[in-house]
Amino acid sequence: MPLPLLLSLSMILLAIGLYAILASRRASCSRQIYGISLVICVILLGMALTHLLNAAAPVTLTLPLGLPWLGAHFRLDALSAFFLIVVNLGGAVASLFALGYGQHEPAPGRVLPFYPAFLADMNLVLLADDAFTFLFAWEFMSLSSWALVMAHHREPANARAGYLYLVMACLGTLALLLAFGLLAGANGGYDFATIRTVEMTPGLAALALILALIGTGSKAGLVPLHVWLPLAHPAAPSHVSALMSGVMTKVAVYGFIRIVFDLLGEPVAWWWGGLVLALGGITAVLGVLYALMQHDLKRLLAYHTVENIGIIFIGLGLALAFQSNQMYASAALALTAALFHVLNHSLFKSLLFMGTGAVLTATGERDMERLGGLIHPMPWTALAFLIGAAAISALPPLNGFVSEWLTFQAILLTPELPQWLLKFLAPAAGALLALSAALAAACFVKAFGITFLGRPRSPAAAKAQETDRYSLAALFSLAALCLLAGILPGLVVDGLSPAVGLLNGGAQLPAQQSQPWLTLVPVADVKSSYNGLLVLLFMALSGIFAAVSIHRFASNSVRRSPAWDCGFPNASPAAQYTAGSFAQPIRRVFGSVVFQAREHVTMPPPGDGRAAQFAVQLRDPVWDCGYAPLTAAIIKISTKLNYLQYLTIRQYLSLVFGALVLLLLGIALWR
Amino acid sequence: MALITGYLVQGGQMLLILLLAPLITGWVRTLKAQLLCRRGPSLLQPYRDLRKLLRKDVVLAGSASWLFRVAPYLIFAAIWVAAALVPTFASGLPFSWTADLIAIVALLGTARFFLALAGLDTGTSFGGIGASREMMIASLAEPAMLMMVFTLSLLAGTTELSAVAQFMLTADVGLRVSLALALLALVMVAIAENARIPVDNPATHLELTMVHEAMVLEYSGRHLALIELAASLKLLLYLSLLSCIFVPWGMTTAGEDLTAYLTGIAAYLAKLGLGGFLLALFETGIAKMRVFRVDQFLGAALMLGLLGALLLFVSRSL
Amino acid sequence: MHSLEFDIAHFLAGSMVVISLLLLYQDRLYALLKVFALHSLALTLAVGWQAYIQEAHHLYVTAGIALIFKAIVIPAALYRIVRRLGIHRTLEVVGGVGRDMLAGAALVALAILVMLPVTAGTDAVAREDLAFALAVVLLGLLLMVNRHNAVSLVIGFMSLENGLVLAAAGARGMPLAVEISVAFSVLIALIVIGIFLFRIRERFDSVDMQAMDAFRGERRR
Repeated sequence: MPLPLLLSLSMILLAIGLYAILASRRASCSRQIYGISLVICVILLGMALTHLLNAAAPVTLTLPLGLPWLGAHFRLDALSAFFLIVVNLGGAVASLFALGYGQHEPAPGRVLPFYPAFLADMNLVLLADDAFTFLFAWEFMSLSSWALVMAHHREPANARAGYLYLVMACLGTLALLLAFGLLAGANGGYDFATIRTVEMTPGLAALALILALIGTGSKAGLVPLHVWLPLAHPAAPSHVSALMSGVMTKVAVYGFIRIVFDLLGEPVAWWWGGLVLALGGITAVLGVLYALMQHDLKRLLAYHTVENIGIIFIGLGLALAFQSNQMYASAALALTAALFHVLNHSLFKSLLFMGTGAVLTATGERDMERLGGLIHPMPWTALAFLIGAAAISALPPLNGFVSEWLTFQAILLTPELPQWLLKFLAPAAGALLALSAALAAACFVKAFGITFLGRPRSPAAAKAQETDRYSLAALFSLAALCLLAGILPGLVVDGLSPAVGLLNGGAQLPAQQSQPWLTLVPVADVKSSYNGLLVLLFMALSGIFAAVSIHRFASNSVRRSPAWDCGFPNASPAAQYTAGSFAQPIRRVFGSVVFQAREHVTMPPPGDGRAAQFAVQLRDPVWDCGYAPLTAAIIKISTKLNYLQYLTIRQYLSLVFGALVLLLLGIALWR
Repeated sequence: MALITGYLVQGGQMLLILLLAPLITGWVRTLKAQLLCRRGPSLLQPYRDLRKLLRKDVVLAGSASWLFRVAPYLIFAAIWVAAALVPTFASGLPFSWTADLIAIVALLGTARFFLALAGLDTGTSFGGIGASREMMIASLAEPAMLMMVFTLSLLAGTTELSAVAQFMLTADVGLRVSLALALLALVMVAIAENARIPVDNPATHLELTMVHEAMVLEYSGRHLALIELAASLKLLLYLSLLSCIFVPWGMTTAGEDLTAYLTGIAAYLAKLGLGGFLLALFETGIAKMRVFRVDQFLGAALMLGLLGALLLFVSRSL
Repeated sequence: MHSLEFDIAHFLAGSMVVISLLLLYQDRLYALLKVFALHSLALTLAVGWQAYIQEAHHLYVTAGIALIFKAIVIPAALYRIVRRLGIHRTLEVVGGVGRDMLAGAALVALAILVMLPVTAGTDAVAREDLAFALAVVLLGLLLMVNRHNAVSLVIGFMSLENGLVLAAAGARGMPLAVEISVAFSVLIALIVIGIFLFRIRERFDSVDMQAMDAFRGERRR
């Protein structure tokens, strides 16, 4: 019986959170907590993996908890098993990393109790099988992650991030609450099995879709609901940032998939797919453009999460569009691409955040303008970070490329859709996807190049030391998984098949294992195929061929000398290209339109001793067009309503009375 | 037996492009010189350059890391594999299904990624300026290329380059404005990606407008030889790509006899010669543009690619 | 219909759309005029091809008018005007070619999106011609909206008119008399515009339309 075991393991996680409250002052506590979390996550991972690979039938369980007439329903099916793998893989590696990283935590009492609780809550969200349990676990997940964001609450930026996060989380939960209310229908059956049977009118179903999009999109970081994410994710300790960016956003994606693909059933209208597709495309490009403008390494990564969420939603939007036209084979490809990217992003984003954590402990700096040259003192961290950076930039033969390739293949099937708007939207989404992939490569050349290459830009960076073994083990296990998923994509696709079939009326991609040389052939042999293993093999062979023949037949010697200084000897490290200057061409090309980027140069006249100044001004279009007018309107309305606070007691009573009568009238008329 | 012949032909093609690549660079250089009424270097000069570079010591900058030394091999390997996957004189070779057109574009992206990192590695401003501009150019060129791929594969129903080439030989293709747009977009991308005039100038050194040369400024000896060879291979790759998609005539399919292969090779060489001539003519006739005109140039390529995909809906599928 | 005839018609009409986009890309007046001449040449070929496949001989006359007036006379006249005004060195101050092109591609998509479903069931050549013609008209309007220079405005207007002719040729409708009168009215429009250009120059020392805004008495307060 896997389900009771899964649940009790989650409960143990919650319990060690409680234990941590009592014991967090002890020095050994950190190791204990992370060690136990690691073990439990590995067990959970193994169980979910066996469930998914055996394609076992769904298991359900009802506990007499929660609402008395409802109970707490739990269910383990292929979809939740897949996301359990993502969550617990991330959780296990983050715990492994934290075995070393957690030693440097200045305030362990603020992190340790919430960390296992956060893991447990994410597991519970995935297992929940009724609206109440789902929302309960969801809200707990938000709160525990909020507590982790506020771990270093004395920094004013973190306090603001926490506040914004709380507001957005409340908004998201409210939307989800309303969505479940609509889904349950008039009879109020809140367990998912009942919800699946409810017939909805198209209008209500569309409303539920939009509410689900707001609710889960605000957690996942869909533009324009992403504003909290780049503030909150970096504020937490790095292993928690890795969990929030790499894993919690995936739980939000799970919520969207569960509600829209599973609970709502067949998509009714074709524009659903178009809406999600357009949102995904915009999110992908805006996310990476934001990321390119950042100098703070963790914030850059957080913005980049927004981009990847966009790519996932492009896949989901395509799947919706195909499903609404009963093209299940194509929908299977789009869904596989989206789920594959879910897995990939959890791998490389966790890796990159943890690499940043290692840099942070080694130097105490997150600002790329004060880093540099770290590849010399920290070669292993640099290698792992490089693999993550290459994977996230969708470079073959790593894993990021495979999922983007699958998404492209899905886009190439869209001309068969009957709706003209979708036919036209898909190439545009393809262009946005291609643009975001190319910009991501630029972004990570910047992130890796400025942080790890060149010469150190600050004394702290010059004195850095390689990180500890636990952290390195965590980094390299993720890097190895990135490579494995990239060269053996067929196995991953086959593993995803049960989850895809569950969401897609049984239709899934053809089995990939039987293909020769483990080639990935999503549609048909003649259409497209990709073989990461052979690409890696060929690259390795030709690289080795070049190296061996050159070292055998040509010169083998190396001399060291100073770099070419253009006639200005002893150039200081500050003369190197910085993160800002690296991004300048792209800022000029894209940023001047999207962010209204303006550069101000103040050059004192000759003879004046003052330093020249250079400033860049960026405006956030989402904040300017969305949130700023909204806040202004709210403040205006609340000032107008301010006088309600100064009424007499009789007036208050009459207000209450009036409201009661109005509501009764409403009921009387509606019935 | 057929399998072994297939592998042999595949291997032969890989070696052929490796040997041909410097020749093409030399061909274009010589033609350009003669168009400017100079005598120009010998056709074989690039080979001599490579030999000379291979014999010399590597002079590493003091701040260079292991990445700087590994990158040339990675770049060379990625570009060679990508170039080997483009059909040259025969389509349908045994490993042609390893990677499709999208993967070839992405492999070039891998090479570019490491080249830009190597540019940043020494911590000089030249490497930085080159890397940052290269990534800006790529951020527009790669989507434009992918949009071209998109148009082609919508038309041919496949992203496999071999299958696309074979489709282009059939009568189903027709005269389509989308294809013209795709050709235009591909040419523009090829010019930008190969650091050619008007986007970049392969012949300048130490000028602020250069991109590719600035990035590889710190390289020397065998590393530089590999990078130069990779650059030649990339030029050859784009020429092969253009010829196998838009002028596929004369190409054989795998499994033919020797004479068919030989005619295929002859046709391929003729196409390369013509392509090199057109490139030299174009480069001689046009002036280099400012760096911040390049984004408009490539933005136009991206729009043309996108338009090609859109106009496809107003063609025979009506 | 799935034959070479359709392919050539499609290719010629499609190249008109592309040349319209190229018009958007130009920022020098001479280049703009040359590309416009190319646009008219493409129109000539497209209409001529329509005449051939429809066996409608009066369309040859239309094609001839397009060739003589729009591809030769009007560009040459504008060329002279530009030279005599001495504005051939002015660069158009455009917001950004990238944005223009993006808007252009979106307009093409819109034109196709509107025309294809509406004309479903009719002849394929007419459908694609109409879709492309609408795209050309929209792109001409975009050019007129986005440019400040009066000569560019004229070019935008003329290319728009080219789109209308393309639509008329594809739809197998417009009688010759109408076509000729339209052609002459365009020519007269050119003369009037030419005179106006000189008058504007005399008054304002510029043919930049923005310079005139200041004299409307509304903008400046």
